[in-house]
Amino acid sequence: MVVSTAGEQGHTARTGPTDARADEAPTHLKPIPPRRFGYEQARHLLLRAGFGGTPTQIQTLAGWGPEKAVDYLIEYDAVPVEAPGADEFDKGIMRPPTRAEQEAYRAAQRARDENALAQFRLRRQQSQRQDRQQMGELQRWWLARMIETPRPLQEKLTLFWHGHFATSYRTIENSYHMYLQNQLYRAHAAGNFGDLLFQVIRDPAMLKYLDNDESSARQPNENLARELMELFSLGEGAYSERDIKEGARALTGYTFEDDAFVFNEANHDRGAKRILGASGSLDGDGFCRAILAQRACPEFIASKLYRFFARHVPTNPRDQDRTTKAIVKQLAGTMIKARYELRPVLRQLFLSEHFYHPTVVGEKIKSPTELVVGAVRSMNTPVRDLAILNDALNLMGQNLFYPPSVKGWDGGRSWVNTSTMFVRQNILAFLLTGKKPVGYDALADENTYDPTPLLAELEKGDPGASSDPAKAVDYLLRLTLGSAPEHARQTLTTFVNEHGGVRPPVLTGALLLVTAMPEYQLC
Amino acid sequence: MSLHNNPSEANAFTRRQFLTTGLTLASASVAVPMFLQRSAFGLPMAAPGMSSIPGVNEDRILVVCQLSGGNDGLNTVIPFRDDNYYRVRPGIGLRGEDQLLELSKVGAKGSEGVALHRGLAGIKNLYDEGMCAVVQGVGYPNPNRSHFKSMDIWQTADMSGTGDGWLGRYVDAECCGYGKGESGQPDGSQTIYPPIAIGRTAPLALEGRSVKPVAFETPDLFRWMGADVHDSLVEPYQRIAEQGVTEGTDPESNAAFLMRTTLDAQVSSDQIRKAVEQRPLVNYPGSALGRQLQMVGSMIRAGLKTRVYYVTHGGFDTHSGQGGAFGRHAQLLGQFADAMNAFYRDLKAQENDGRVLSMCFSEFGRRVSQNASGGTDHGTAAPMFLLGPMVNAGVVGNHPSLTNLDNGDLKFGIDFRSVYADVLERWLGTKDSSQILEGRFRATRVVKA
Repeated sequence: MVVSTAGEQGHTARTGPTDARADEAPTHLKPIPPRRFGYEQARHLLLRAGFGGTPTQIQTLAGWGPEKAVDYLIEYDAVPVEAPGADEFDKGIMRPPTRAEQEAYRAAQRARDENALAQFRLRRQQSQRQDRQQMGELQRWWLARMIETPRPLQEKLTLFWHGHFATSYRTIENSYHMYLQNQLYRAHAAGNFGDLLFQVIRDPAMLKYLDNDESSARQPNENLARELMELFSLGEGAYSERDIKEGARALTGYTFEDDAFVFNEANHDRGAKRILGASGSLDGDGFCRAILAQRACPEFIASKLYRFFARHVPTNPRDQDRTTKAIVKQLAGTMIKARYELRPVLRQLFLSEHFYHPTVVGEKIKSPTELVVGAVRSMNTPVRDLAILNDALNLMGQNLFYPPSVKGWDGGRSWVNTSTMFVRQNILAFLLTGKKPVGYDALADENTYDPTPLLAELEKGDPGASSDPAKAVDYLLRLTLGSAPEHARQTLTTFVNEHGGVRPPVLTGALLLVTAMPEYQLC
Repeated sequence: MSLHNNPSEANAFTRRQFLTTGLTLASASVAVPMFLQRSAFGLPMAAPGMSSIPGVNEDRILVVCQLSGGNDGLNTVIPFRDDNYYRVRPGIGLRGEDQLLELSKVGAKGSEGVALHRGLAGIKNLYDEGMCAVVQGVGYPNPNRSHFKSMDIWQTADMSGTGDGWLGRYVDAECCGYGKGESGQPDGSQTIYPPIAIGRTAPLALEGRSVKPVAFETPDLFRWMGADVHDSLVEPYQRIAEQGVTEGTDPESNAAFLMRTTLDAQVSSDQIRKAVEQRPLVNYPGSALGRQLQMVGSMIRAGLKTRVYYVTHGGFDTHSGQGGAFGRHAQLLGQFADAMNAFYRDLKAQENDGRVLSMCFSEFGRRVSQNASGGTDHGTAAPMFLLGPMVNAGVVGNHPSLTNLDNGDLKFGIDFRSVYADVLERWLGTKDSSQILEGRFRATRVVKA
């Protein structure tokens, strides 16, 4: 396939959001005709269903056409990947005290032995410190995985579930449990939502985060029951206070020991319950089945997926526009037909004409993770320093494994303010040049970045174009911004011309300027 | 989403100031009936006639000073008439006129037989000038002795230590209507002045759902660093950053929002760096806290509209070798007091002291008895300091008993959320703080009505 340099393909169709709104996105999910799936569409697919791609990857997917490209991303099990081992992280750091240790502690308390008690406290503090270190390793491990994985959709969905079933290390204080939960989301990433729901109410980190480990028949704790419906499956208003009370009873006894789920029968309330129209001596699984039988469930999950992958729409149906409602309804219908299998839903969305409409393409604000991982993956910059990248994620408001609350991250415009805007620009400057943000040691990372390979595909399709400043700039803008707005094209072409034409340091300078453009924050 | 100054204060009409003016107008173009939101959350309108202190700018400022690590309250505000004190603090107790700064009666408030650590001379000086309230025995029920957890509890004002920061909720309530289902996202229709934290990351206390704080260690960090890579990038970058919303861009689109924010960031970065470059009116101590407060003082002087600043003074985790009248703890207290004293002298010279209330706290106090290593371990209740001419100067609350203890720890007498309620209702102008504090707390009335 020949790559055009300017103005030929889909991006000319982007006449600006005002026009796009006048001509709203289709309210159906009919597939996009293969002839309309080109470079822009493949780029969009890679950005949304993954973390973006290099020109070669974009070109390859464009050449395959929509069916094969979407299947390749969704049927990721066919792509071999190194599975993380069970011993990837140390599970022993936060192990609960043994019976003997507990007795020794109680004895010290009885004897008011301040020295012994201080020793206990000191040891506990040491474990906590060590565990926080492992938590940092886990953060960097996941970030590296997102950057390197040959299965971008699996990691993207793991990130989606992390924000959906949000759990924070701040409360858990057990890095191994956070790792187990992360693995759970990865294992079920594009699998069956029902299966995932059954597993989530057995996940040690979740049970602890929402206090279910302290819930008993005599004193049921409603936290998990409430969020299970409000935030994880049905959405606000799709259940009654009574459903919460009865649901909490159903979940009693669901707890964990060490690193595994335990059903504590003695604490479980076996009495009759009535939840969401289902009745019987329901347990946690019965509660989940009652949830999955609700029409609100596939609709809520469909709108969360649509919000994450397509447009940042409200999750409450009351606040959704007509188009969103129609699309969500159809996705939910697909989910029901597929008995909560998610692949058919994602496939329908990613293949739809709707997904490639100008009101969807380039209209989403990148999350901090999408920004950082996407920059490395699409421009092929060096990774440089995972710790610095991870710090930047935190400064930009997305500290992985530390979502701000059980609601997860709000996303959208809440990612961006004057302060995070500089962090966003500066972390890109670090990736491109190795210049560390102020506050780290002053030594720049020595790896030099050569952006010229980004132009290889351009050169293949149009020999000589990669040394023509106007063509090279245009091509880079279409890679990084998805289009080449006039003001950007002018600024950059002038810059390249004034500094000796297309050569590595000048191109890096041009990319520094592109990544500082407000439009670069969109995907 | 902006920190920029009031353009009417500009004398010269430069390009930068033109941009600022243009921006304000652009921001105001989408009219929103803001009073509906404000009144709905018990927040008064920033309307004329609201001014309670004649001649003082209505833009009231709160500076929070966090003493991290757990400050030993018992060696900060010292019940020197209580023999028990010397029994539990045989090595590190302070005694005698040289070591104790006795708090004399100020106004209606009694001194209650307590004295400040000699390192706190700078605070004592403010106390004598009627600018310091010492709130004793502040804590919360079922105290948590983990630094992280207890700090989260103080910063969220939530007993589980989860959720948004209490000041984040305040700023959210003021700008976007906190608490209405799906959080309101800034729509660019109002100028929002995010809280500023001096530090690498912003504290949880300032994290709102809609408004995110600005944080920087030095203003040098609050700018684009690509400019350092090569001079040739500066001019084209400025063109990009200052272009604002390009023609043909839907003003309500995300693209326009990002263009406005980029411009805002550029303008506020310039403004903050310019503010901080100025020489302060007084000399600040060279400590880290002194430098932080000097920056805050400069930003206030430059007329930034930010209402909440946050500074941090760390190192209070004195498990061993804490020292008494001298030594590590004394040094930390000295740095704290000297920096605060310089800050208020600066504000006074600026004639801004009446606008700035400072609230100083630590995540917990320390255990009553000293330990075997000449230090103290994690404890519970501790004093807070509220500074500024708007406080009812004196000592508030009783010193917690040294004999009626809870498992070797002091029992708190005042819930810290009552102090927050005070700051919110009587200083920041929140009519009803219960929405923000997620519960009703009677204001301590440390701030003058």
